[in-house]
Amino acid sequence: MRVHPILAALRQHKAGTALIVLQIALTLAITCNALFVIHQRVARLSRPSGVDEDNVMVIQNQWVGDADAKQRSAMIAADLETLRRVAGVVDAFSTNALPLSSGGWSKGVRYTMDQVTATSPTAIYFADDHALSTLGLHLVAGRNFTAEEIGQVGARDSLLAREVIITQALADKLFPNGAAVGKTICLGSAPPSVIIGVVDRLQTWIDSYTETWVERSTLVPFRLLASNSIYVVRVQPGRMAGVLRDAPKALVAANPLRAIGAKDVETFAQLRADVYRSDHGMAVMMGVICLVLLATTAAGIVGLTSFWVGQRRRHIGVRRALGATRRDIFNYFCTENLFISVAGAAIGTCLAVGLNLLLVDRFETGRLSLGYVLVGVAVLLVLGQLAVLVPALRASRLSPVEATRLR
Amino acid sequence: MIAYYVQIALLGFRRSPGLAVLMIVIMGVGVAASMTTYAVFRAVSGNPLPDRSAQLFVPQIDSLGPQRGTPGNKIPDELTYADAMALMRARAAQRQTAIYPIADTIVPHDDAHRAFAANGYAAYADFFPMFEVPFLFGHGWSDSEDSARANVIAISRRLNNVLFGGTNSVGRMVELHGRDYRIVGVVDGWNPQPRFYDVSNGFGFADEPDFYLPFTRAVDQHLDTNGNNACSGSTKAVAPGWDGWLHSECVWVSLWVQLPDAKAVSGYGQFLRGYADQQQRSGRFHWSPQVRLSDLMTWLDYEGVVPPETWMSLLVAVGFLVVCLVNTVGLLLARIMRRAGEIGVRRALGASRGDICGQFLAEAALVGMGGGVCGLALTGLGMLGTDLLFDPAIARLARIDARLVAMTLLLAVAATVIAGIYPALRAARVQPSWQLKSQ
Repeated sequence: MRVHPILAALRQHKAGTALIVLQIALTLAITCNALFVIHQRVARLSRPSGVDEDNVMVIQNQWVGDADAKQRSAMIAADLETLRRVAGVVDAFSTNALPLSSGGWSKGVRYTMDQVTATSPTAIYFADDHALSTLGLHLVAGRNFTAEEIGQVGARDSLLAREVIITQALADKLFPNGAAVGKTICLGSAPPSVIIGVVDRLQTWIDSYTETWVERSTLVPFRLLASNSIYVVRVQPGRMAGVLRDAPKALVAANPLRAIGAKDVETFAQLRADVYRSDHGMAVMMGVICLVLLATTAAGIVGLTSFWVGQRRRHIGVRRALGATRRDIFNYFCTENLFISVAGAAIGTCLAVGLNLLLVDRFETGRLSLGYVLVGVAVLLVLGQLAVLVPALRASRLSPVEATRLR
Repeated sequence: MIAYYVQIALLGFRRSPGLAVLMIVIMGVGVAASMTTYAVFRAVSGNPLPDRSAQLFVPQIDSLGPQRGTPGNKIPDELTYADAMALMRARAAQRQTAIYPIADTIVPHDDAHRAFAANGYAAYADFFPMFEVPFLFGHGWSDSEDSARANVIAISRRLNNVLFGGTNSVGRMVELHGRDYRIVGVVDGWNPQPRFYDVSNGFGFADEPDFYLPFTRAVDQHLDTNGNNACSGSTKAVAPGWDGWLHSECVWVSLWVQLPDAKAVSGYGQFLRGYADQQQRSGRFHWSPQVRLSDLMTWLDYEGVVPPETWMSLLVAVGFLVVCLVNTVGLLLARIMRRAGEIGVRRALGASRGDICGQFLAEAALVGMGGGVCGLALTGLGMLGTDLLFDPAIARLARIDARLVAMTLLLAVAATVIAGIYPALRAARVQPSWQLKSQ
């Protein structure tokens, strides 16, 4: 295949060629970045929370009026007993915050009290001796809290934990060269706490702040005495629907001085869907845009190539009369498209990197890796060849006699 | 003449309907993607209080110091209780209010309803005139009721409907957190979006608050904040209990001030600077504390109220529209080249270059109109899908109104006509003699 005639012919169609090149370039730039965003978002929303999400649910309870620490503590203990008696419930505990929610408690972790800057932030979860079994967390070292270790904290009291359980991720960050169990850490401005156990995984809440330390959580042996209480309930497999219905009813029947709204009873699956809604939506939207964009570009290539074929009927006829085979004509249009696509891909690669820099600057997304560009280029080259297939076949089927005849 | 252009254009479309439909659908999809994302963007980035926003300011003081431990190490969004009270007492602005969000329970006094959870705000009397809060019945409370720490409350129209069947409830009592409050006013459906006065707690697009009560009373009653409480600035342990927390370095109180003119703004800026410096001199801060005074729109931008998803989808949709435009230019060009013979005949019969140009621009405008109508239908579909993509609280704000319809049609026509300029100019350059000869 000689290259020169193709280039000469393209020079005759500067505007059309430039338009297809531009369209391919823009499509590549958008598609690469969209693929990148999709991959990032899907990676984000597929992270495990550490909780046995299929079998755990949550009840958020708002108390009516004030109660002193003793009364409140008794009310929470009574509620937990009530919950454990509901048919289908395995276990329950009360806490201050939830993984897969959009907010929570955090503290800076220091090795010593006089350390100025915290080594790492950590999410704080109030727990008792039932917490690990309720959430379905796995101890990888040390031990669980005992019932005697569980203290009480008012909403605005400071957190002075003697013992804590931390996640493997936090242990790795704090003590990269050895076992964490038995070591001490300071939470916020509190005096040192002893690490008694390490669990394999428990995520913090999900937002942009926790993004870089999303598995560094700490369980503290406290019951929170506040105007609201959060109950985490573990359910026997397959009995979720019944417990979702019965558990709030049982609580209200036992003590009506509370408010549990319709949105306050949720499964972890619902929490996950809510917290990752925009990530999921973004991935879907980028996917749809990519597909429509590629279809549009393919339609554009088909349209312009068909037009060129129509315009060059006589040239084709002459070439066929002079001995060019059908295959030569077919190859001619495919090669022409390849040239255009490669030019578009070259410009598009620059645009893709530029667009990515803009996104990095504005939205702090990561840097686009070369893989996405390569995949994008490959997709567009294949798409171009597929789009040119029909017009090129039509051109190759033109009979020389008909093609050279005056229209 | 234009009618004639349209007639020719319609004839042309009838001859190659496939290409015309393709152009219309592509323009429609491009326009619909842009307008749907724009509708969401418009909903979240609007000015919630257009005639007052330039006078409303948020003061910030760096009470946490260089190792702030806040996300992005920014100076805190809220103030400590002590700072907020000092700034309130100074009365250095025309109006000022400290604010914090409350979540609690309301117990209806009839037997028909059970206790239910309600959300509201603790604020000062200035909150209502400052933010132009409309009242259905009654009014806000007074400064003297602030200082008297009176047990008064203003409730929302919705809460009034639930508790009192929509009748004038001013003077009646409502039980909140186990205590009775006297109703002084019923707020008439007021929920500015975004909720500028509480964006830092993540309530920027929340449902309308149910009640407002005096800040002083709420603190007396130990009504806890439902928003952020950041204590990373405390180098020593917070003293136990409510009073220990009030006097701690924990930040949790928002402050808003109204400054009517530039002089007042610079005056307040100096006052704020002076206050912060004095705190440093008194030994409370071991650093030179930054201060910030942001007006409402600057504050919304600083707080990143427009979610990145909204920006990104708008950007991608506009990029997509550009590709659709480039595509349309190409297809229009192909159409024109195919009809070179027809152009040659028209030119030979006396049509000027301007006529040819006008004719093809009219064709482009027709395609644009078709694209606009198609885009409008698709935008309608897109609106149904916004809650799949965005936070439902944000998605429900996006709606189609007359302005959006007009903008969609205008965008489609304008974009297609712009796309049609180059092909039309090319068409006008067709040589009649060459075309006629080749026939």
